[in-house]
Amino acid sequence: MTKLTNLTLASARDGLKSGEFSAVELTQAHIDAMSAHKDLNAFITDTPERALAQAKVSDAKIKSGDAGAMEGLPIGMKDLFCTEGVLTTAGSHILDNFIPPYESTVSGNLKNAGAVMLGKTNLDEFAMGSANVTSYFGNVKNPWGSNVDKDLVPGGSSGGSAAAVAGELCLAATGTDTGGSIRQPASFTGIVGLKPTYGRCSRWGVVAFASSLDQAGPMTKTVQDAAIMLQSMAGFDEKDSTSAPESLPNFEAALTGDIKGLRIGIPKEYRMDGMPEEITKLWKQGEDWLKAAGAEIVDVSLPHTKYALATYYIVAPAEASANLARYDGVRYGHRAEGELENLDDLYCKTRGQGFGEEVQRRIMIGAYVLSAGYYDAYYAKAQKVRTLIAQDFTNAYANCDVILTPTCPSAAFGIGENEDDPLKMYLNDIFTVPSSLAGLPGMSIPAGLSEGGLPLGLQLIGRAFDEETLLRVGGVLETAAGFTAKPSMIGA
Amino acid sequence: MSALDKDTVKKIALLARIEVPEEKLEPIAQDLTNILTWVEQLSEVNTDGVAEMTSVADMSLHLRKDVVTSGEQPDLVLQNAPDQADHCFLVPKVIE
Repeated sequence: MTKLTNLTLASARDGLKSGEFSAVELTQAHIDAMSAHKDLNAFITDTPERALAQAKVSDAKIKSGDAGAMEGLPIGMKDLFCTEGVLTTAGSHILDNFIPPYESTVSGNLKNAGAVMLGKTNLDEFAMGSANVTSYFGNVKNPWGSNVDKDLVPGGSSGGSAAAVAGELCLAATGTDTGGSIRQPASFTGIVGLKPTYGRCSRWGVVAFASSLDQAGPMTKTVQDAAIMLQSMAGFDEKDSTSAPESLPNFEAALTGDIKGLRIGIPKEYRMDGMPEEITKLWKQGEDWLKAAGAEIVDVSLPHTKYALATYYIVAPAEASANLARYDGVRYGHRAEGELENLDDLYCKTRGQGFGEEVQRRIMIGAYVLSAGYYDAYYAKAQKVRTLIAQDFTNAYANCDVILTPTCPSAAFGIGENEDDPLKMYLNDIFTVPSSLAGLPGMSIPAGLSEGGLPLGLQLIGRAFDEETLLRVGGVLETAAGFTAKPSMIGA
Repeated sequence: MSALDKDTVKKIALLARIEVPEEKLEPIAQDLTNILTWVEQLSEVNTDGVAEMTSVADMSLHLRKDVVTSGEQPDLVLQNAPDQADHCFLVPKVIE
């Protein structure tokens, strides 16, 4: 018999509908898996009672024919989404006692669609990181570590969500992506991660990192599941002024399997010096799969690619330093302990104690590049280069419909590696950052295994608000790759 | 760029309102210098006549009706306050 935790959103939806099992049974199976795999540290907060109560309501709705699009489907919620009455930490000491009195739009949308929240997933502190090693609540382990007998990072910042989906602790999870935080962990854990177009999902109630880049998206086992979940997450929201007033297409219907005549762009600038052979090979393989399915392969050029990371590491910290100014120890969150001389002392001590090293580093970089005398040299310059990076994509899309690249320059690495030098860690996002800067949708699809037996993803980058083409091509890539490997910790 | 010294880090830390212990100033100065030196590569890019990006998405911000949509919820607003009294946030003495 198939285990209930083996299911996808789509197959679980069918099973619930036909009455093969109940939402309570499905939820309980995942709660059991969560308790059996506490060692992954994928969740910061478990909410089993709440989940079971929600599942009971779902069962009644399914029976009465009032089921929502994700009715009774158990998911993980990245602990960056404010959830009413449930601890929301952003992976930080400074928010380790914060219970929001309101619900973020995206988590509220999912709730309204009937999704059952199992708990809040671990992440890099304030979503700043590429390995989930900066969380105040400890490292997350990649379920694939069980295959190679080594503690591996799940990627980041949505590392808890990625580990929970890959380890089958939930059917799917939410992520957020600022420079690759959905796609990179998806690649490291062998799952699908979709960062929608900037403005597609509301940012209201999502703890802010870099507001011109942050975007929520689904992390799922399949491309079809990504379409199902995006449908429930996305949509115009009056409460987010950058939310796009676009109507939502039927994302699942976009998966026609037909990509004949579509033009797939291959950007030559993504062929980096020293890129591992296995990554180059997989990329070529992806090209061949799409060609065999009837697509046309065209060379495109994104000449400013090599400047994307440096641009990102000015823009994102600058926005972070402004956004994180709100953590003052006065209105909510951690307040410094001990004797406080005055208000400045309260601010400085609260923030010195409450923020971890990487967050402090980025706030200081941001404060510096925005400070008098340096603004033009750093921030204004970066925003100009960002314009050029976005133009590169506009030019490329004159000749192609979707762009194919590797998701990451490597497979998952060991916990503790790349930590001696922040710049080394930043390189993980080299292929995901450019599309983030341009606000474009991107998706990572598990496409193969490294020589060491670890998952590798391929990335598709689409035109703004064209997630449909992304999903259509993604579906074809997924079928061709036939990625069925699973972490051995799941068992038979 | 020239390397950041300890005094500059102290100044940045104050701007950012983050207390940094004396022994951390030097390593942070090193880290920040490395990062700032690395981003310096942007100076190679010719950006003459290029506009700064001000909006990621190709759209103008929508306006909403200028009406009060919430309020009168002091208990909720103060629910997470570290210290409060009489529906006010409490802070240490501000006047020196």
